Amino acid sequence: MKRWYMLTVVGADRPGIVARLSETLYHGGCNLGEASMARLGGNFSIMLMAQTDTDIEALRLLLAPLARELNLHVHLDRIEAQLHEHVEPNLRITVSGADRAGIVAEVTGALARAGFNILDLYSDVAGTAAKPIYVMIIDGFAPQGAEALEAALAPLRKTGVDLRLTPLDTLIG
Amino acid sequence: MAILEVLRYPDARLKQVSSAVVEFDERLHRFAADLEATMRASPGCVGLAAPQVNYFQRIALVDVSAKPKLPHNGRMLLINPVILEQHGAVVGREGCLSVPDFTGNVLRAERIVVRSHDLDGAPHEYRCQGYEARAVLHELDHLDGLLFLDRVESPRQDLFRRKNYK
Ligand SMILES: [Zn+2]
Repeated sequence: MKRWYMLTVVGADRPGIVARLSETLYHGGCNLGEASMARLGGNFSIMLMAQTDTDIEALRLLLAPLARELNLHVHLDRIEAQLHEHVEPNLRITVSGADRAGIVAEVTGALARAGFNILDLYSDVAGTAAKPIYVMIIDGFAPQGAEALEAALAPLRKTGVDLRLTPLDTLIG
Repeated sequence: MAILEVLRYPDARLKQVSSAVVEFDERLHRFAADLEATMRASPGCVGLAAPQVNYFQRIALVDVSAKPKLPHNGRMLLINPVILEQHGAVVGREGCLSVPDFTGNVLRAERIVVRSHDLDGAPHEYRCQGYEARAVLHELDHLDGLLFLDRVESPRQDLFRRKNYK
C-alpha cells in the first residue's frame, strides 16, 4: 500500500541538492507530491511529500548515503495526506517595519485570535545590518473578511508596524 | 442550449490558435448560447473562451458583474477581439476551468481598451480595468493557445520585485 511521508531536508546550500534528492527518491520508487524549497540564511531547506510502498526505515536507508555525502539533515514523518485539497486564500497581509523582537508573535497572535487561517507565510529581514527591516507576507483565509481583521490589527499599527490588507479574489476563467 | 465539455490541461488542443469568425450566422448564435450556458454552470467562473470547449474560433465571454463593488461592462461577448490599448501592470491571482485545482499570480495590464464584434458583426469598444481587464486578457490568451500557466509567477515574486526596485 502506498503511504505518504513528509521529508524535511536541511543543510548548507550548494547547487544540485534538489536534483540529487529527487533522483534518489525516483530511483527508490517514490512519487513526489507538493514541495516547497527555500534558501533561508544561506541554508538549503525543503519540505516535500513523497509517496512509497516502503516503510519509514527503508526510506531512511534510501536517503542515508546522500545525506552523508552532502551533509544534509533528513527528517521523516509518516503523514496522512491528500492531494487536490487546496484552500484558496481570500486575504493577503503585508507586514513591514523596523526589525524588533516580537513582531511575528504579535501579528500572528492577533490574526489567530480573530480566526484567521494562515495558508502561506513568507518573511525576510532586509535593510542593512545596522538598520534591519522586517518584511512578512501572509496569505490566508479570513472567514469574516478583511474588515473584521482591521479591528484586530489596529492596536499593532500604533506600535509602528505597517500592515496592509489586500483582499484576494482568485479569477476563474 | 447545451452545457459543453471543458477541455483540461494537458490536452494539446488548448495550445491551438483559434481563427477569426467570418460567418455571423445562426450557428454562431447557437454556439454563443452554449458557451454562456457552460460558463454559468460553473459557480464563480467569470469568463470562458471558445477553445476551452473545443471550438477554435475567436470568441470569448466575460462577465464579472456578479462580483461586488467592481467597475464592469456587464456581459461581454467578444468576437474577434483586439486589444487597442494597455496601461499599467498589476499582479493578481488566477485560476482556470481548464486547469483545475491550481492557482497562481499573473502580471496583467491594469487598464485596457478592447475592440470586438457582436453576434451580428457590429463593432464595439470596451474600456476595462482591474479585475475585468484581467478576465478579458485571460480569455484572449486562450484564443492564442496560451494558458495562465504560461505567465504564472513565483508566489514570492512580489517581494523579489520590491527588493529589486530599491
Ligand atoms: Zn482559462
